[in-house]
Amino acid sequence: MTGLWRVAEVVSGVPESETSRTIGLRVDGLMGNLAGQHIDIRLTADDGYSAVRSYSVATAGTDELLEITVDELPDGEVSPYLVRDVAIGDQLEIRGPVGGWFVWRPTDTNPVQLIAGGSGIVPLMSMIRAHEASENPSQFRLLYSLKSPKAGFYREELLTLSRESPKLTVDYVYTREAPPGWSATPQRLTAEVLLASILPADPAPDIFICGQTVFVETVAEWLVQAGYPAASIKTERFGGTGGTL
Amino acid sequence: MGIISSGFHGKRHSGNPALPPGQYETASFPVLSAGPAPHIPQGDWEFFITTEAGLRHAWSWEAFMDLPQVDIPTDIHCVTSWSKLGTTWRGVSMDTLFEDVETSCGYTTALSYGGYTTNIPLPDLLGGRSWVVWEFDGEPLERAHGGPARLLVPHLYFWKSAKWVNGLELTPTDIPGFWESNGYHLHGDPWREERYS
Ligand SMILES: Cc1cc2nc3c(=O)[nH]c(=O)nc-3n(C[C@H](O)[C@H](O)[C@H](O)COP(=O)(O)OP(=O)(O)OC[C@H]3O[C@@H](n4cnc5c(N)ncnc54)[C@H](O)[C@@H]3O)c2cc1C
Repeated sequence: MTGLWRVAEVVSGVPESETSRTIGLRVDGLMGNLAGQHIDIRLTADDGYSAVRSYSVATAGTDELLEITVDELPDGEVSPYLVRDVAIGDQLEIRGPVGGWFVWRPTDTNPVQLIAGGSGIVPLMSMIRAHEASENPSQFRLLYSLKSPKAGFYREELLTLSRESPKLTVDYVYTREAPPGWSATPQRLTAEVLLASILPADPAPDIFICGQTVFVETVAEWLVQAGYPAASIKTERFGGTGGTL
Repeated sequence: MGIISSGFHGKRHSGNPALPPGQYETASFPVLSAGPAPHIPQGDWEFFITTEAGLRHAWSWEAFMDLPQVDIPTDIHCVTSWSKLGTTWRGVSMDTLFEDVETSCGYTTALSYGGYTTNIPLPDLLGGRSWVVWEFDGEPLERAHGGPARLLVPHLYFWKSAKWVNGLELTPTDIPGFWESNGYHLHGDPWREERYS
C-alpha cells in the first residue's frame, strides 16, 4: 500500500518561521499516521521531470488530514516550491506515511527524551502531540537546539505546553542568537550543555534524536559515551551536511 | 505521468543515465542508520558464514586481510533518494568467501554488530555482485560508514549494504530483516524503485 502514489490536496498553509511553512494536506482514504512517520512528496514539472523528497508528519491524527512543516533551503530544488509556491487547493502526489521504527506509540511506557536540531523538531512534535492527546502519563522532555529564537517552529504551542502540561518539559539551547534576557550566551552545543538538559541515563529513557546528519551523529555519540544504552537511542537524519550544532 | 505542479521546474539534477528513477546526485556522503555507530576494534572483528548444516566458516581480521583484495569502482543508491556516483571501495569478493561453502539455501540474512539485520537472496550476493569492504576512496572505512567493514551490494538500495557487518546466515526462505520488517521492500532494486513493501 505504502508503495503507491496518491493524491493529496493542500488545505492550509501557515508560515512557521521566517523560512518555513506548515502545510495541511488532505488525503482521501488516509487513516492517520503513527507519530514520527514521514511521507514522500513527488513534484512533477510540465515536461514530466520529477523530484521526490521526504517530509516528516508534524501531526498524529487518525483521519484524512495531516500536516508537514517544510524549511526552505535557499539553494534547494523542492523546499522553496513547497514553502513559497504551492497554494491552497493545489494537488500533490504523496507516498506513505512510511516508517515503523522512528515512531512513538501511546502504549509505550518508558519516559521519553526528545532531542531536535532545527527542522528536526517536526517528527518529535508529532510525538508530543500524540502524547498530549493520549492518556499516557509517562514523562516527556524536549531539548530543542536552534540557531536563533526566530528559527523556532511551533513557538506558541510549545510555550503553552511547557507552562501547562504536567507531562512535558521543554528546554531550548541557542547556538548563534539568544532571546533578550536569556541566561546563557549562545554557543555551539557541547556535550556538557546537552547532558545537563536531558533526562538522566538511569533509568534509561527512550531517546529520539532528529536533525541534520552532523547534529544527529554528534549528539548520539555524546549520549553513548555518557552511558546511555545505544539500544534506547533512535535517530532520524534529514540529510545534508549542515546542522545547528 | 503524475500531477503537474505548475511553476515547478526543478533543478534537473537527474537526466543522468547513471541515476535510477527518483534519485538525485549528491557529492557528500550522508550517514543513515537506525542508531549510533558501534565501536568494533579490528582485533575483535570477525566475519562468518553459517550454513543450514550448522557449519560455520569464520575469518578473523588477519585471515580476512590474507584473502585476495580487490578494488570496486561503483555507484551507490540510497532509498532516501540520494545517489553517489563514482565511489571506490576495497575489500574481498563474496565469491571468495563462499569458495568452501556448501549450501542449497537460496537466501541469506546479513547480521551486524549492533543488531542490524537485512535479508538478501544468495544470487544477489554471488557472481561478482557483492563484497565485504574495509576501504572507501583510499581510506579505511570510517566508523560512521560501517568501519571496520561493511557489506557492499551496490546493485540494491544501500540499506542492504549492512554496516559493521559480522556475518551471513544462509536461510531456506526470505526472512525480512530490520528495515524490511519496517515497511521497506523485501528486495530493494533501485532501477525498479523497490522502495517500500
Ligand atoms: C526521513 C526524512 C524526513 C524529513 N523531514 C523533513 C521535514 O519535516 N522538514 C524539512 O524541512 N525537511 C525534511 N527532510 C529533508 C527534505 O527531505 C529535503 O532534503 C529538504 O527539504 C531539501 O530538499 P531540496 O530539494 O529543497 O534541496 P536539494 O535540492 O536536495 O539540496 C539543496 C542543497 O542542500 C544540500 N542538500 C542535499 N540534500 C539535503 C538534505 N536532505 N538536507 C539538507 N541539505 C541537503 C545540497 O548539497 C544542496 O546544496 C527530511 C528528510 C528525510 C530523509
